[in-house]
Amino acid sequence: MKRNHLYTILGVAAILLFIVVADKNFDPFVLRVFNLSAIYIVLALSLNLLNGFTGLFSLGHAGFMAIGAYVTALLTMTPAQKDMNFFLAPIVPWLHDITLPFLPALLIAGIVAAIAGALIGAPVLRLRDDYLAIATLGFAEIIRVVLTNTQTITNGALGLKGLPKYATTYWVWGVAAASVIFMVFLIRSSYGRAIKAVRDDEIAAEAMGINVFRVKLSSFTASSFMAGVGGALLGHVLTTIDPKMFTFLLTFNILLIVVLGGNGSITGSVIAAIGVTVLMELLRFLDGPMNLLVVKTDGLPGLRMVIFSIMLMAVVIYRQRGLMGNREFSWQMLSFRRFLPRGKAGGA
Amino acid sequence: MLRTDNVTMRFGGLTAVDEFTVKVNKNEIVGLIGPNGAGKTTAFNMITGVYTPTKGRIYFEESDITDLKPHSITERGIARTFQNIRLFKEMTVFENVLLACHLRIRAGLFEATLHLPGYLRRDKAAREFAWNLLEAVGLEGAAQELATSLPYGKQRRLEIARALATRPKMLLLDEPAAGMNPQESRDLMEFIVKVRDEYDLTILLIEHHMQVVMGICTRMYVLDYGLTIAHGTPAQIRNDPKVIEAYLGVD
Repeated sequence: MKRNHLYTILGVAAILLFIVVADKNFDPFVLRVFNLSAIYIVLALSLNLLNGFTGLFSLGHAGFMAIGAYVTALLTMTPAQKDMNFFLAPIVPWLHDITLPFLPALLIAGIVAAIAGALIGAPVLRLRDDYLAIATLGFAEIIRVVLTNTQTITNGALGLKGLPKYATTYWVWGVAAASVIFMVFLIRSSYGRAIKAVRDDEIAAEAMGINVFRVKLSSFTASSFMAGVGGALLGHVLTTIDPKMFTFLLTFNILLIVVLGGNGSITGSVIAAIGVTVLMELLRFLDGPMNLLVVKTDGLPGLRMVIFSIMLMAVVIYRQRGLMGNREFSWQMLSFRRFLPRGKAGGA
Repeated sequence: MLRTDNVTMRFGGLTAVDEFTVKVNKNEIVGLIGPNGAGKTTAFNMITGVYTPTKGRIYFEESDITDLKPHSITERGIARTFQNIRLFKEMTVFENVLLACHLRIRAGLFEATLHLPGYLRRDKAAREFAWNLLEAVGLEGAAQELATSLPYGKQRRLEIARALATRPKMLLLDEPAAGMNPQESRDLMEFIVKVRDEYDLTILLIEHHMQVVMGICTRMYVLDYGLTIAHGTPAQIRNDPKVIEAYLGVD
């Protein structure tokens, strides 16, 4: 038990050190990939809260991310930047002069996304399984279409450019850490048990006095909040957003991470988020021209997505429960596999 | 304690339960028996709010619970078990019982996640209570095992423990002895009486085989094709020609 605490402290210290070193020494491109993985951790956890823990098959994540990204962008850009962006039609006056620091903007982005989540969730959470998936997918598309057509608020299809580069390494990894801690505390709490009960058996959960609809709605709202914050961070890392970013493909990428990592595993989502984000960049050469001795291609954009699709199929066929299943990392797990000396069994 | 007033449940053209009127007094054990498909479980589902009756009202402690959702009915103090065991498969035995305490912990998402002191205190009390319940049903040794890895008879006991964790005033047991051999059934019936005395409960239980419950029920209701064909003490039921006909089939 004590030894496990020591390992945990050492582990956290090592991660902190790595982040500091990375921030100082990585070249900008590598650092960006590193930071993107933190954002994908936040997004994967928020989707896993729905798909893995609550058992709600939702495909609307891109919509909530879009809301978060736009809200924070509009709140942090200076009036001058807004004037530069809105050259087709001027921005509505009440948004023109607002400029907030990053933290309040980030929180407001999450809250607006959460409100949207609650409003959408109230009707659609009465649906189940694939019907719910279609309904959430539909709502995400509606959000995107609205964003494309509200020229004076979002600048429409032109998108927003020149977002302040607030999302530093410390910000994104700080938010990622906060998300992991939130999820761990939530899942271990009584409410977390209620969430898992709703996933396992709704009828039995109801009979145990759990308000199934309320549990689903809170989970959906919390997940939307995290998606909004994740979207906001994404905007500030890329510094450019437009409605086309937030299509179903983005939701698919996050879903891929959740399924690969394991539905209902926080550890799995974290590992898969980093793995997929890094692979996404490493495999970029596949999209470009290749010379494979026999076959010569002059660039097949999207080829790396084929690799991910194959990975997804392999997981679905050979390891349905993903990398971690629904288990979590613990030091005990390592000692059982003999990576660490065996101590006395105790809680981790 | 519990009273139904001519409740009727129709599914399309089929009348599953017709004009069912039952009255259960405090601390009684009342049996609801009948052949397969007689509408016993449907009657349970109406009382626990899974179905809203087509007609008729249901009263618990003199207040109308007909239109309440299942979770509110559990909150009022009616807990149930299921005919086809519905334990939470991915949870341990202990977690199954602890989960059922959630209702009385009364913690919202934020209170629980932030581990506020009030929540921690109630969570600790719930853990102790859940542990006591496991000891009471003799499952403390299997507390950390997955619920579905238990043998059948113990799963039934766990379901009862889980129902007790919601701190009910009344317990509805749906065929608790299904799939048990005579000895196991007898043990279970003794256990039910013990639970009733210990937790000051009122019990309504469904059983398919009337012999099993004869010994412990104060009164019984017999359903057949949705109709209440008899009710009375076990001795009266045993000799009722209509009941014998329903069970054995008489030309």
